[in-house]
Amino acid sequence: MYAVPILIGINLLTFVLFFVVNSPDEIARLHLGDKYVTEVQINAWKHDRGYDKPLLINTDESGMDVVTETIFFDKSVRLFVFDFGVSDSGRNIGYDIKQRMWPSLAIAIPSLIMGLLINISFALLIAFFRATYIDYWGVIFCVALMSISSLFYIIGGQFLVGKLLQIVPISGYDYGLSSIKFLVLPILISAIYGIGAGTRWYRTLFLEEISKDYVRTARAKGLSEKYILFHHVLRNALIPILTGVVAILPLLFLGSLITESFFSIPGLGSYTIDAIQRQDFAIVRSMVFLGAVLYIIGLILTDISYTFADPRLRLK
Amino acid sequence: MPVILVTDFLIFLLLILASSYVFYVCKRPLLRAPWADVLKNRVGAISFTVLMFYIFIAVLDSMHFHPRISSSQEKKVVYSNEITSVFDVIASHLRTSTEKTYSAPLSAYQYSKEAAEVSNENSHRDYPRLKYGGRHLTNPNKEIVSDVFSKILKGILIAAVFWIVLLMLITFFYAHKKSSSFYAQIQQIFFSKQNRSLPTILITILVLMIITCVAVQLSFSYHVFGTDKVGQDVFYQALKSIRTGIIIGTVTTLVMLPFAITLGIMAGYFGGRVDDIIQYIYTTLNSVPGVLLIAAAILMLHVYMGNNPEQFTNITERADLRLLFLCMILGITSWTGLCRLLRGESLKLRETEYIVAAKALGVRSFVIIFRHLLPNVMHIVLITIVLDFSGLVLAEAVLSYVNIGVDPTTHSWGNMINSARLEMAREPVVWWSLSASLFFMFVLVLFANLFSDVVRDVFDPRAKKHE
Repeated sequence: MYAVPILIGINLLTFVLFFVVNSPDEIARLHLGDKYVTEVQINAWKHDRGYDKPLLINTDESGMDVVTETIFFDKSVRLFVFDFGVSDSGRNIGYDIKQRMWPSLAIAIPSLIMGLLINISFALLIAFFRATYIDYWGVIFCVALMSISSLFYIIGGQFLVGKLLQIVPISGYDYGLSSIKFLVLPILISAIYGIGAGTRWYRTLFLEEISKDYVRTARAKGLSEKYILFHHVLRNALIPILTGVVAILPLLFLGSLITESFFSIPGLGSYTIDAIQRQDFAIVRSMVFLGAVLYIIGLILTDISYTFADPRLRLK
Repeated sequence: MPVILVTDFLIFLLLILASSYVFYVCKRPLLRAPWADVLKNRVGAISFTVLMFYIFIAVLDSMHFHPRISSSQEKKVVYSNEITSVFDVIASHLRTSTEKTYSAPLSAYQYSKEAAEVSNENSHRDYPRLKYGGRHLTNPNKEIVSDVFSKILKGILIAAVFWIVLLMLITFFYAHKKSSSFYAQIQQIFFSKQNRSLPTILITILVLMIITCVAVQLSFSYHVFGTDKVGQDVFYQALKSIRTGIIIGTVTTLVMLPFAITLGIMAGYFGGRVDDIIQYIYTTLNSVPGVLLIAAAILMLHVYMGNNPEQFTNITERADLRLLFLCMILGITSWTGLCRLLRGESLKLRETEYIVAAKALGVRSFVIIFRHLLPNVMHIVLITIVLDFSGLVLAEAVLSYVNIGVDPTTHSWGNMINSARLEMAREPVVWWSLSASLFFMFVLVLFANLFSDVVRDVFDPRAKKHE
């Protein structure tokens, strides 16, 4: 139950970052643009968005209102019940998030599954041929794949598949079944992007497992190398792999920032990027909080899945 | 008149730290052994040399000064307000030779058609000649291929001459030191079984020299990587971006190291209440997605800068402060990993006999941490520094794309990619700006990754056990 103090900490952190470091006055001035903004305009802007209350303690009110009629209560405490309020441009953030969650998931889940399958099979292949030239060059190939910027995969993929070959549209999104042709390319690219790091990481897991005593016993029994790899090593190495996946599952909701904005998919990632570029602080604040909540859910899920996957841990 | 920007100061500080570390290590055979292993590895030696080459350019680019405006009449020396670097002076022909707009690599013609007045009545549209690229040619269509080839050959020749001189110097040095003959020494360097790092490094230097000399030879009369929309040389931009990349990769770790080391060791060594508080701090920071935290902090900086424009007068200084701020934010988001590792390691070391013995003898905690704990966790710190470097260079590109990276006026690969994004959709395609920045970034990150692999294998005691 370490989640609650951490969430409170994050809430305070965002509050300090967004309201104390820069006063709402300054944010308003930035939004209204030019230097010739009158005091009246600023006050009107602040009033529309509820930024005109005192920060922490409202001395004008009485009773409970002293605490509740403040920016801190209005904008920060309400996040705990997932009441995100209205964005600076006047839209309901909670509604937007619910709408945009699904396209994000439509990309994130297939690319996660595809990436997992590709990475595990490549890593198994490399582990099977360990300490040979295939292993050596395979690892160097993975490092080379890792060293290419993610932007290159996206731009190159868009250029090659979308523009030269014209198989799928370059960007855009549609709801329902027709969305598939928009989704194929981003999914493929995010899966390919993960190959380098993923394969290398899984290879070390496999190799660690292979060097354990039970594998030597299995070999001494006369089992074939292939049988050992698939029945013993793969099964045991899947424990850290799957618990690692569980940890990032909740974060899939947030989508991928870059992929979504490049392919103009209306998911949460492009939502965040748009908000950053429009300097919409209300949305960024909500996304920071949401991201933290999802991360903590991921932590809790990892703990739970460890006890399920590995009975030895339950004994302690 | 020299100027030291804040990031320059940090880079020089890093250089001093690094060289004193090298000096310290060289004196002690126990510490020297793992580094010798790194260089004995062929991949390690190659990547080390390439990284040194990048760092060399970055350091050249970090020596800033106000250029003197020459005035013959007055005795008073006037300095310009502009800030340039030593590298700018070396590459001044690249900086000043700006064309009108796009031009392809190694081309003598502009990339877009323009109306040219032939006579008074009829004007026709054609690709105009460039102002600088291939200006010495009379008939570029015929001569350009042979000219480029002769330039490449000339570059290779010059590089070979330089390299042989370097080889001679090194051999003479060794021959003098060991008082053996020159010929025997050459044989020793290239064919000895014991020391394989020197020939690898020398051959890498040869390859790098050839590339440099060819590029320099070509750049005097052509635009090696073409020009961008406003006619600036892309090669120059890509070279200038090296400094930004190196700074992001190194200064960030420098900024976060003190926090990570003190907090991590304190949490592990003292345990109890201190441990709880430190763990709470880093879990909280860790649970905010990195990009969002960076975005939030940079947005706040935007607001601050927008409202206080009077504090940032010089463009270069402002861009520099933004770069530093970005490094600090990246440092805040990335110190948690190292902190956790150090906590775990010092938890383990706390129970070891020598620490228990020190405690029993009544040594103060502060002294124990400095003399006994810190040297024994240094390998973790080192591995993390090298491992983080490449990730940070890549992160810069992504952040600049989202507009929360470095200042738009700073040369950086991220900014280059960002502005080149729309050029891919252009017809006909402008590909050189994008590929130049991606290539330079790829080389740096690739060799940093390879180097970090070697370093980790050598320094990590767990990795050795597996062999």
